[in-house]
Amino acid sequence: MAVAETAEGKADRATRFLWPSLAIPGTVWLILLFVVPFYGIMAVAFSSQLDILGQPIPAWNPLQWDFTVMRQVINESISGFYRPSWEHTFVYCFLAMMICVLVGYPVAYYVARLAGRNRGLLLALILAPWWINYLTRMLAWVGLLGDKGYVNEFLGLFGVTPVDWLAGNWYVVVIALAYGYLPFFIIPLYAYLDRIDQRLIEASRDLGANSFRTFFRVTLPLSRIGLITSIVITALPMFGDYYTNTLVSNSPATTMVGNSIEQSILSGFSRAKGASLVLILSAVLLVFMAYYLILTVRSSREAR
Amino acid sequence: MTTVGLDAAGASHAFDDASKRYVPPWRNPWRRPYVLASITWAYVLWSLVPVLISIQFSFNNSRSRSSWVGFTTDWYLGTNDPNSPANGASIAQDPALLRSLENSVTLAVMTTLLTVPIGTALALGLTRWRSRASTVSNGISLFPLVTPELVLGSALFLVFNTMYSSIPLGRPAMLLGHITFSISFILVIVRSRLVSIGPEFETAAQDLGATRIQAIRTVLLPMLVPAIFASAMITFAASLDDFVVSNFLYLDAKNITVPILLYSAVKAAPSPALNALATLLLLGTLAALLVTYLVLRLRRRGDGGSALDDLADIEM
Repeated sequence: MAVAETAEGKADRATRFLWPSLAIPGTVWLILLFVVPFYGIMAVAFSSQLDILGQPIPAWNPLQWDFTVMRQVINESISGFYRPSWEHTFVYCFLAMMICVLVGYPVAYYVARLAGRNRGLLLALILAPWWINYLTRMLAWVGLLGDKGYVNEFLGLFGVTPVDWLAGNWYVVVIALAYGYLPFFIIPLYAYLDRIDQRLIEASRDLGANSFRTFFRVTLPLSRIGLITSIVITALPMFGDYYTNTLVSNSPATTMVGNSIEQSILSGFSRAKGASLVLILSAVLLVFMAYYLILTVRSSREAR
Repeated sequence: MTTVGLDAAGASHAFDDASKRYVPPWRNPWRRPYVLASITWAYVLWSLVPVLISIQFSFNNSRSRSSWVGFTTDWYLGTNDPNSPANGASIAQDPALLRSLENSVTLAVMTTLLTVPIGTALALGLTRWRSRASTVSNGISLFPLVTPELVLGSALFLVFNTMYSSIPLGRPAMLLGHITFSISFILVIVRSRLVSIGPEFETAAQDLGATRIQAIRTVLLPMLVPAIFASAMITFAASLDDFVVSNFLYLDAKNITVPILLYSAVKAAPSPALNALATLLLLGTLAALLVTYLVLRLRRRGDGGSALDDLADIEM
C-alpha cells in the first residue's frame, strides 16, 4: 500500500508541472510580443533623446521619462493641429454607430427570432461579409462610386449630374464605416437575441401590451447587454480605423486620428508624436476594453 | 428554432374568426413581420451586391473597374494578345501580383502551423491550471482580443525598430505579429470546448490506469480535434485577410501581401487585376470556411444542432 502511494506521489510530482508548462510558452510569447511592445509605445512617447537619424531612443527606464512631447500632443489635440482629426473620429464613429444600431438591430432581431424557415439562409448571408476581406468590400464601393460607376449612372437616369463621391465627403466616410463594421455588429447581437426567452415576450402580449410597448418595455431591456457588447466590439476597431478613410476619401478634410497615427509612425518623422497619439487613443478606448474584458471573464466564470 | 409569428394558419387572418371583429394589423401579433423582413433583405443586398459586382468586374474586358465592356478571363490567366487590356498586367503575368498572392498564402500557412500548438497548449494549461500566476496570464491572453489592430501594429513596429531590431521587418516580423493576434482566437475557441467537455473524461481514463499525459493524448486531444481544426481555419483566414499588422511590418515590395496591395493600388491606377486578386483572396477564405463547416457538421451529426449556429458562436 505504502509503495503504491509513493509511486502515485512520484507520478503526481511529475505531472504537477504539466499545466503550467503547457501555459508558459504562450504566456511568454504574449509578454514578449504584446506586453513589451505596448510598454515600448510608452518608452517612445516619453523618450527625450534622439538618435543620429532623428528617431526617438526609447526610454525604457520610467525614471527617465520626459513628458514634453506628450504635453505638446495633448495641447495640439485640444486646440491645434490634431483637433480636427479627433473631432472627425468622434463624430464619424458616433454617426456610423447610430447607423449600425438602427440597421443592425432589426436585422439581428429578424434573423434570430422571426425568420422561420429562411433562418439558415439568412444567417449564412449575414455571416458572409465577415469572411470577405474588409478592403475587398471597400474597394467594391470605390468601384461603384467612381466617376463612371454604377451609382452615378443610376442617378443619371433621374437626371442627376454625376457626383464626385470619393473627393473627401464626410458622409461617404460615415456610410463606409457603417457598411464596413455592420457585420461585426450584427453577429454578437444575433447570438444574444437568439437566447431571449420567447415566453417573456408572449407574456407581455398576453397581458395586453401592443408590439411597440412590448419592444420598448421587454425586448429592448432584455437585449441591453447584447446591444452594448455589439457596440463595444464594433467601436474598438472603428476608432482605430484609418484605411476606410483613405480608400473612400483620402483627403485631409476627413482625416481621422488613425490616419494621423499611421502617418506619423510610418512616415518616420514624428514617431514620438504618433506613439503619444496611440496612448491617448488607448486611454479613450480603455472604458470599452475594460467593459468587454469584464463581460468575457464573467461569462467564462459562468461557463465553469 | 424560434418560428413564432409565422404560423401559417394565423398569418393572414386579420379577422378574428370567433367574433368576426376587425383586428387592425398592428394589433395582430401573428401578422407577418414585413417591415423587418424587408429591412433584413435590403441589408443583405446592400452588403453583398457590391462585392458580387466587384467580382464581375474582375472579368471585364477593359481597364475600367466601373464600366462593363465584355467578358474575359485574361486578368486571371494572362494573354499575349497585344489588343487585350490585360496583356502584361494580369495576375499570371505581373510578378508583383503573383508575389503578393504567394506571400499571403505562405504567411497564412506558417502562422496557422505555428499558432495552433502554442494556442492549444495555452488553452489546456490555462483551463486546468489554477494559481495566482494563471490568473495573470489569463488576463494577458485576453487583451489582444480587445486591442485595436492599429495599437498592436504600431507597438510592434516601434519595438522591431528598436529593442528587437535583430528581428528584421518583413516576413519574420510579420509572422511574429500574425501569431500574436492569432493566439487569442485559438485560446478562446479551444477553451470554450474544453470547458464544455469538463474534466470527467480525463479522470475516467486515469481511473482506468492511464497516466495523465496518456489521458490527455488518447482521450482529451481527440475530443478537441474539431475545435482545434475550426480555430486553425479561422487563424488561416484571419492571417490571409490581415491588413493593419502587415501594413506596419512589411517594410518593402518584396514582402507585400494581397491586402496591402489592394490598399496601395487604389491610390495608383487600379485595374480589374485588382478585382481578380481580391476574388482569389475571397476563394481562399471560402475554402477555409467550407472545410470548417464540413468538419463542424461531421461533429454535429446526430445531436440536432446546426453547424451554422456553431460558426456564429465561434466568431466572437
